Amino acid sequence: MTDKTAITLTVNGSDHHIACAPRKTLADALREDCGLTGTHLGCEHGVCGACTITVNDAPVRSCLMFAVQAEGGDIRTVEGLAKGDDLSPLQQFFIDEHALQCGYCTPGFLMLIEGTLRQTPDISEDELDEILSSNLCRCTGYRNILRAARRALDHARTTTPEPAA
Amino acid sequence: MSLVGTSVPRQEDRPFVTGRGRYLDDIATPGGLHAAFYRSPYAHAGIGAIDLSDALALPGVVAIYTAKDMAQLLPGGDRLSTGLPSSSIAFPLDRPILPADETVFVGEPLVLVVAHSRAEAEDAVEAIDMDLDPLDVAPDLASAVAYDAVPAHRDRPHNRLAQFDFDYGDHAAAFADAAHVVLGRFEIDRGGAHSLEGRGVLAAPDLIDGRLSVWSSTQTPHALKKHLCRLLDMAEDAVSVTAPDLGGGFGPKLVTYPEEIAIAAAARALGRPVRWVEDRREHFLSACQERAQLWDTEMALDADGRILGLRGTLLHDHGAWTARGLNVPYASGMMLPLMYEVPSYHLDITVAVTNRVPVTPVRGAGQPQATYVMERLLDAAARATGLTRDEIRRRNLVGPERMPCPRPLLLRSGLPVVLDSGDYPATQQSALDACDWAGFDARRAAARADGKRLGIGLANYVEGTGRGPYETVTVRVARDGRIKVNTGAAAMGQGVGTVLSQIVASHLGSDPARVDLTLGDTAEPYGFGGFNSRQTVVAGASAEAAAQVVRKKVLTVAAHLLGLPEDSLEIDGDRVTVAGSNSGRSLTLAEIAGAAEGLPGYQLPGIDSPGLMATERVVIDGMAFANGCLVAEVEVDAETGLVRVLRLELAHDCGQMVNPVMVDGQIMGGLAHGLGNALCEKMVFDSENQPLTGTFADYLMVTSAEMPPVGVSHSETPSPLNALGLKGVGESGVIPTAAAIASAVEDALSDLGVTISTAPLTPAALRAAIVAAKEART
Ligand code: FES
Ligand code: FES
Repeated sequence: MTDKTAITLTVNGSDHHIACAPRKTLADALREDCGLTGTHLGCEHGVCGACTITVNDAPVRSCLMFAVQAEGGDIRTVEGLAKGDDLSPLQQFFIDEHALQCGYCTPGFLMLIEGTLRQTPDISEDELDEILSSNLCRCTGYRNILRAARRALDHARTTTPEPAA
Repeated sequence: MSLVGTSVPRQEDRPFVTGRGRYLDDIATPGGLHAAFYRSPYAHAGIGAIDLSDALALPGVVAIYTAKDMAQLLPGGDRLSTGLPSSSIAFPLDRPILPADETVFVGEPLVLVVAHSRAEAEDAVEAIDMDLDPLDVAPDLASAVAYDAVPAHRDRPHNRLAQFDFDYGDHAAAFADAAHVVLGRFEIDRGGAHSLEGRGVLAAPDLIDGRLSVWSSTQTPHALKKHLCRLLDMAEDAVSVTAPDLGGGFGPKLVTYPEEIAIAAAARALGRPVRWVEDRREHFLSACQERAQLWDTEMALDADGRILGLRGTLLHDHGAWTARGLNVPYASGMMLPLMYEVPSYHLDITVAVTNRVPVTPVRGAGQPQATYVMERLLDAAARATGLTRDEIRRRNLVGPERMPCPRPLLLRSGLPVVLDSGDYPATQQSALDACDWAGFDARRAAARADGKRLGIGLANYVEGTGRGPYETVTVRVARDGRIKVNTGAAAMGQGVGTVLSQIVASHLGSDPARVDLTLGDTAEPYGFGGFNSRQTVVAGASAEAAAQVVRKKVLTVAAHLLGLPEDSLEIDGDRVTVAGSNSGRSLTLAEIAGAAEGLPGYQLPGIDSPGLMATERVVIDGMAFANGCLVAEVEVDAETGLVRVLRLELAHDCGQMVNPVMVDGQIMGGLAHGLGNALCEKMVFDSENQPLTGTFADYLMVTSAEMPPVGVSHSETPSPLNALGLKGVGESGVIPTAAAIASAVEDALSDLGVTISTAPLTPAALRAAIVAAKEART
């Protein structure tokens, strides 16, 4: 159970060759073996959504997936959203709408919205709201997060998505 | 130009949206070790033999510490004395770092395992064989103080940790003369703070100089440093404590925990970095909780609906150890009559030790419970007198003409409580207007025609903020001209850094981006940290004072160098310029800072002491009371007991706002937490005090789906207690929510005669109340 397996994870377009135990979650592998600590853990039982990332554009709770299962997938984390110093529109909407306080839930919400809009750019506002209710935030009372997400939705409707770098 | 009152963007945000925040578990320590705790599976048990042999044989295990081993590492004592002093406390209950003979709550840490990875440490925890001999427990709060109750600690005589009262006026006469007496028994349940990031600590010894560096996800790094120095018997300058970015605090992170001490002791003994990061299950089991209280109260009124007296008892769940003291029940007792004219008051408070996680403040700290009780009684009083719910409050609220209004109550320091400012009746009116209270009956009737049952309710509250005595702030213009601010105030996610940079920049060039902050700085010997909605007020006051001193020095030096009068100069961005002139004569702050340092053999440039630096600790003893009124509109399904909150309107006054957008953010977060307390957040224990809610799947937090539309309106009555007129806001949203929703639900069910007296009001609890009302009618 603790013997390590060599795997390659493709995260934000870069390959990470790591060795990890089969029982290691994708979240732990990203944080500990790939050095990407932007993905947070709030419950480790699949409810809070703080660990949300995308795999092949689908939002995924990385605490519920084993690292070995993600091999070969296109893994995206919060670290991949900005291009250099330029924030993505979604990141900027979060700042503009004061959609974060402590910031701990923020990467999960960002990736949930990012993946949802990539998969379903024509999603209705109500469906988007519904999806956002799957993540927890203790600080903001959610309204500002919904507002930022709505702006991202408007943005997605009016622009053609760029392929991820 | 003053930036106070403008919503400048938060400095904190950019790293957080790019994944570059640095929370405790993000700090890398190559080769560092990981820890896990064996936690008590019983609420009360004697500790017998411990067999570690299987655990020690597992791969990756480095060391295991039982209570006995731990005591060896703690020359300064193996108990944490974190309680605030009180003469009412009958016996000490200081927490052991690891208990040796007896465990008193499920989740109490008993053995520490250090291994190469967390997973290996957890494997070893499972392999520990410990003889635990279960002991009896009192199954609930009320039975814990019965005269034949089983003591929660074997060696203590009973569970009545403290009994004290609030007492003024002639309440016996008030009740004898009353035209109306209303009464109620109210039960408020336990809940948790549930910051999304749990607790966590990382300790790294320096093998060369013997120093110990500790990072902890704590609201009070100074307190942790004090306890570490004492228990590890280390000098103050040999220990540094840093609070990295906090993924929320909300109260429980304000006390120092055994885990923090144990990890530091182990790291020191092993000569290697050791970290422990709390997982959610541990947060449910071992992070402090709050709220459980049982009240029996009655209110006497005259024929006009004016309150004559208030009396009753409060039974407060203290948990198994004294982790903070009597501050929560004290705050409840003080809060109950505070904002209304209550001529006589008597409350007997009993603080009960229970075999449950220790209780310390959770956002609100005793105030939500007291608000709930007072507002429930006022609704009952409205029914008894035939007045409307808003009118009975109007008749009894402390009026603006009485401000500042001394109350016949004492702060825990012994100083009298003075309501410093505010217009409570006007605040109530704003909330009523905002939600069209007067037009509700028409909305109710229309909904009724659609088969829906609506209700509306309100609750007034005050929030005691800005707990003193002080917070230290040092402001300095560095050689490069940037403004450095160091303070004991600690960031816990609410943006206090942005607030302080706004206040300081207002005096030093008006560009908050030129301010660099060090928060939670334990290099500064005196400081407290974040609790009691205090930091904007007390650190803000010190920041204001320190920035003013530095501004004066900047201008004095510049005037000296330029040969111009001080009052002709102004600070703009990174330079001092001549006001209203385009002479082009100016100096940069860097140049001025360089000159202010002095040169060997030369006089200082017009100043008596070198440098552009000031440290201030503005002492504020009184509390600044923010106030508000929340109106809630709900829809109730009487068949299922489900409550849907349709709308919340909050009118609020927290004095001068520093950053209005952030104030609203604090309020919204508090309201969401309050909604949880009102409707769903409940720690459930079985009769053995075994927690039955240990995951977010069975302990329900509010999600965006439950968040109704919220309106917030502000008035800004400045507090006379500090130069900027500030009051805190961190706990505002949470205080009135359960009270306002209970009022609304009762209103929706008024034709069924249902009275609401519990929080949270889960569907099951509401159905029980509906059934009880039906039985009472037949
Ligand atoms: S940490 Fe993965 S859902 Fe909470
Ligand atoms: S911003 Fe703190 S949990 Fe969402």
